[in-house]
Amino acid sequence: MNHLSEAVRWLLDAATWSGPTGLGVRTVEHLQYTLVAVLLSAAIALPIGLAIGHFGRGKNVAVAGTGVVRALPTLGLLTLVALFTGLGLTAPMVAFITLAVPSIIAGAYSGVESVDPRVVDAARAQGMNGWQTLLTVQIPLGLPLIIGGIRLAVLQVVGTATIAAYVGAGGLGVPLFLGLRTNDYPLLLAASLVVIALAIVLDGAFDLAQRLIRRLPGFA
Amino acid sequence: MGIEFRRVTKTYPDGTRAVGDFSLVVPSHSLTVLLGSSGSGKTTLLRMVNRMVDPTSGQVLIDDADVAAEAPVALRRRIGYVMQHSGLLPHRRVIDNVATVPRLNGASRREARERAAELLAVVGLDPSLGSRYPGQLSGGQQQRVGVARALAGDPNILLMDEPFGSVDPLVRIELQRELKRIHTELRKTIIFVTHDIDEALTLGDQIVVLRPGGEIAQTGAPPEIVENPRDDFVAQFLGVAGGRRSLRATVRDDGGLSISDSTGRPLGILEALPSKAPGSLPGG
Amino acid sequence: MDWILLNLPLIADLTFAHLALCIPAILLAAAVSLPVAVVANRLRPVREVLVSGTGLLYAVPSLPLFVVLPVVIGTGVRDPLNVVVALAIYGTALMVRSAADGLDAVSADARTAATAQGYSRWGRFWAVDLPLAGPALLAGLRVVSVSTISLVSVSAVIGVQSLGSLFTDGFQRGIVPSIMSGLVMTAVLAVGLDRLLVLAGRVCMPWSAAREAPGR
Repeated sequence: MNHLSEAVRWLLDAATWSGPTGLGVRTVEHLQYTLVAVLLSAAIALPIGLAIGHFGRGKNVAVAGTGVVRALPTLGLLTLVALFTGLGLTAPMVAFITLAVPSIIAGAYSGVESVDPRVVDAARAQGMNGWQTLLTVQIPLGLPLIIGGIRLAVLQVVGTATIAAYVGAGGLGVPLFLGLRTNDYPLLLAASLVVIALAIVLDGAFDLAQRLIRRLPGFA
Repeated sequence: MGIEFRRVTKTYPDGTRAVGDFSLVVPSHSLTVLLGSSGSGKTTLLRMVNRMVDPTSGQVLIDDADVAAEAPVALRRRIGYVMQHSGLLPHRRVIDNVATVPRLNGASRREARERAAELLAVVGLDPSLGSRYPGQLSGGQQQRVGVARALAGDPNILLMDEPFGSVDPLVRIELQRELKRIHTELRKTIIFVTHDIDEALTLGDQIVVLRPGGEIAQTGAPPEIVENPRDDFVAQFLGVAGGRRSLRATVRDDGGLSISDSTGRPLGILEALPSKAPGSLPGG
Repeated sequence: MDWILLNLPLIADLTFAHLALCIPAILLAAAVSLPVAVVANRLRPVREVLVSGTGLLYAVPSLPLFVVLPVVIGTGVRDPLNVVVALAIYGTALMVRSAADGLDAVSADARTAATAQGYSRWGRFWAVDLPLAGPALLAGLRVVSVSTISLVSVSAVIGVQSLGSLFTDGFQRGIVPSIMSGLVMTAVLAVGLDRLLVLAGRVCMPWSAAREAPGR
């Protein structure tokens, strides 16, 4: 337990967080990786997922893809790509995006599919074209699940971003791997606690967002 | 705005034949009821008019112009459509639901809302309900909003697919009365789909009785169909033969007639005797 | 290819080490999730708390969990038991919701009929609820199995031997075939165990074609 108290004391020290290699910088890096990876993934995955939901085709391929990625060990993918691209951020980004894209696709198509088909039918019968149906009916009503997919992607990337330091990138994995190499358990523990806290805070923020959306009228 | 079905058929890719060689003229300003049980293709026929379904063969014409020549989206915006489950957008206020089609047709938000408020009054709703969400209305109110929404584009044609099928019987009768009124006032050409015989007899100028597989069993005004069912199928379907529309009269002590159906279920009293002798009536 | 042929014994050893971590973790996860799910369904007021609460554990990233867990359970970081418990926690996080939902979805008619026939509460659970929820439970278990097999490899960076060691060694020494063989063997294990579960499902529940694992 004194490891833990040592770790907490270290975390509460202002010096820990400041400086060019302090935890502050590492945390910002970590969040930057997550943000960039999820934005890139969303740019790829949302159009695909929404199209699958809207046209009702290609779902089998998407489900199979999700299964394959779930079975793919991130560490294996990361190290394999890193052997070709060298140390740095490219390999982690490839791994993050591979991880995040299927979750976002799955969220997007389940969101669109979750909309009452009678409401979609009525929208078409009123004379909405495909785009209008998608933008004004299917996306707004499917939003809770669409965000759910992004939430899952963010969580996966925040967790995996720790491993980025293994192939020479930054983020909160840097102090963690430093602690591992030097057998400095309090440092290891402190870095881990920050990552866990980050993940839980982000998860909570998404949870709140989803709850707020569901509370809007029409999302009973 | 007359509508004509010219030898339309519909066969789904799995081989199911929903409609087989169906021809019908729906006169302008009439209220035509397509009456049939499930599997009679009545909804399929209705949805051919606004191209929610395209026929496998044959044509649907509106004022002698084939609907297949018109873009589906533009066509639907000038045809009102009311369905059994109101299909209102749950995340938009009632007023904005009604304003959907005017907005799609390019009206400003204000114009569209003004028009929508008028229509709420037309269908017998307090315009103050406009600021509510569909989920906050009763089933009957939602159906009224559905009718208002269908009228919002000022269409000449109204398609109604069992619009009162899921509201309770008392509300249904009230909604039927309102529809009669709206039809008399606005003179739209209406095609109304139902499996409810009483509803068909109440509303229809013309009733089309459908057999399974989308074939016409009989077409005619309500009295014609009740008095002269063309065959056993129609008679059975309406309950004219051996059913609840096959009535018997019994002379009462006071000289009036007690009316019951063929199962013996009492229906009511006929107070004034018909001018003909009671002896010409069956039963007794 | 030469590297793989030369190192077949190593690959075999690591595959067994991998399974030795996964199988206990999957069994542990199933053994914990089922009672939690049952309790959650019996105690309606706490159901959402219990189900969402365990689900929240899934938000905890794996590598940090491997590091923090020893503080709680008193093992060493590089102790295989530490890894097994961490993996079981993820498995539980994934499975509690599907188990609770699966048990909840058993048709009320079947339950009422069983009660009317004179089953006791527990008798009914074993004879009706559990078998009828079987397909849903199996689907949940399949998700847990695939995800566990893939997750184990991360423990290689903290020095626990598994197929993940092929990734870390391969990366440090620049041997692509090492990483490739690790990826292939992970896939083989994942597919193999999944097929095995489907087969077991067919044997135990011949009345129900095993459902496909839901995509998520």
